[in-house]
Amino acid sequence: MRKIFTPLTLYAILFTVFLYGPVLLMPLFSFNDNTFAVFPLKGFTLKHYASMAANGSMLGALWNSLVVATIVAVIATAVGLPTAIALTRYRLRGGGAIAAALMLPLVVPSIIFAVALLVILVRILNVELSLLTVGASHVFICLPFAIMVLMSRLEGFDKSLEEASRDLGEDGWGTFRRVTLPLAWPAVISSLLMCFIISFDEFVMAFFLSGTDPTLPVFLFGQLRFPNKLPGVLALGSLILLVSTILVVAAELLRRRGVQEKPA
Amino acid sequence: MPDAMPRQTAAGFSGLAAGYALLSPAMLIIVAMLVAPMLALVTLSFWTQNGFELDTSFTLANYWALIEPADEPTMWMGIPFPFKNPVYAILMLKSLVMSLAVTAAVILIAYPMAYFLAFRVTRYKALWIIIITIPFWTSYLLRVFSWKIMLGFNGVINSGLMSLGIISEPLSFLLYNPPAVVITLTHAWVTFAVLPIYVSLEKIDRSLLEAATDLGDSKWQRFRRVTLPLSLPGTISAALLVFIPTVGDYVTPTLVGGPGGTMIGNSIQSLFLKQDNSPRGAALSIVMMAIVALLSLLFMWAVGYRKIRARSA
Repeated sequence: MRKIFTPLTLYAILFTVFLYGPVLLMPLFSFNDNTFAVFPLKGFTLKHYASMAANGSMLGALWNSLVVATIVAVIATAVGLPTAIALTRYRLRGGGAIAAALMLPLVVPSIIFAVALLVILVRILNVELSLLTVGASHVFICLPFAIMVLMSRLEGFDKSLEEASRDLGEDGWGTFRRVTLPLAWPAVISSLLMCFIISFDEFVMAFFLSGTDPTLPVFLFGQLRFPNKLPGVLALGSLILLVSTILVVAAELLRRRGVQEKPA
Repeated sequence: MPDAMPRQTAAGFSGLAAGYALLSPAMLIIVAMLVAPMLALVTLSFWTQNGFELDTSFTLANYWALIEPADEPTMWMGIPFPFKNPVYAILMLKSLVMSLAVTAAVILIAYPMAYFLAFRVTRYKALWIIIITIPFWTSYLLRVFSWKIMLGFNGVINSGLMSLGIISEPLSFLLYNPPAVVITLTHAWVTFAVLPIYVSLEKIDRSLLEAATDLGDSKWQRFRRVTLPLSLPGTISAALLVFIPTVGDYVTPTLVGGPGGTMIGNSIQSLFLKQDNSPRGAALSIVMMAIVALLSLLFMWAVGYRKIRARSA
């Protein structure tokens, strides 16, 4: 009775092709010896990558993004961890409402947050827009992801381990440092990686809130208008896709291991 | 002598304080990044822009500008818009219709995939899920951009078809119109919908399906009467998770929409960054959010979300 190749399997394969097809065009054409992304392919070249590496403003934007994403990942995870502990370990009045408020960036269009932050920063507080303002907004939108990843790990392991630690005389901090943190570690790394990717790829907030120093997506967006910049965009886009994919797979594997692993 | 104290009380009191202390950084962020900016946005929407100056006297003018009636209605797609600035109402309606189309397409495409994951994949399930999730995490901007390469006048589809000899000159209707926006948004959001649907399918008690078969349901009847109703909570949340953010999307219409494919997000962006009329932009943002929230609540009420959730919980 068990057929291996059902129509549904065929559908799943078509779905995957639909999902990946357009995106994979970017690496394909980034190696093609042509200024336009058109068929037929002309020949293999690495010159688009070479010209990208020689583009100073692009490298500057890349550096900005790396710095912002790293700091954002650390802060969002550092805030997410105590939040996740509070939400999983304590029955707090208003905890549900706070959790719901923290999850809002997942549903509300980011343009709303972007313009609201723009208003308060520029019109009310008179703050100069910079990478700092971009970073602050990124912490806010990364936080729900950090909290979700960390909470699922904290709910996944046996709470009696923490109780045992307390019974054996550790105080709250000692229990956290010697029991909770080591057990939550895979999720902490996973959260760092996810927040890094989100911040690194984020465009809308960065577009509204960056000053003269662009992040990489903002820089890329500016390049998209010029057809002759296309090859460089393709090369850079391919590299971004490759690095994000590696980071996502690493984060996902860590998260799964963290959730499934039952401590003996 | 802390050990002599009744443990319950000690833990109960210090526990509550410690819990709130742990939450305080997050609460600070909510106040600084959510509450304060939203209050500022609402406040600004009641002020007016006067050249370079902000007039801070309370007024409803910004909201009035969105719906101010005109003597002659503007016709768009055969629908009369009796407003002096009809562009806002037109873009709002257009954005809602396009988002609805995207949501419908996303659910139709994502559901069979989620069904496949939940019922057909036995080995390598984790691998499949990672394959589905990777695109969601990769740059939104680049995924949208890849459709520009696909659909462009000098794009992949046109050049591919031409080099195959199927067409002799490029098709110009592929890019820069509302359908291009709908296709691109569907592609960008479809992975987002697979997971919630998959989770609710995965939760279905398999013995219910066996019972339906034993009681004489055909495969299709079983799907319609057992599987589909029980997967509705995930499907409905997936629909909302796609519909709400896409209404305000502004990257996709900018890149692939052309002049005819603009959405309300473009209007907001332009009011803030180009026309330097942020008070009106604030009013438009708030109205958009209110309309989307209202429609979502209406939708949840109409499908009986509460009852569905309670039933399948």
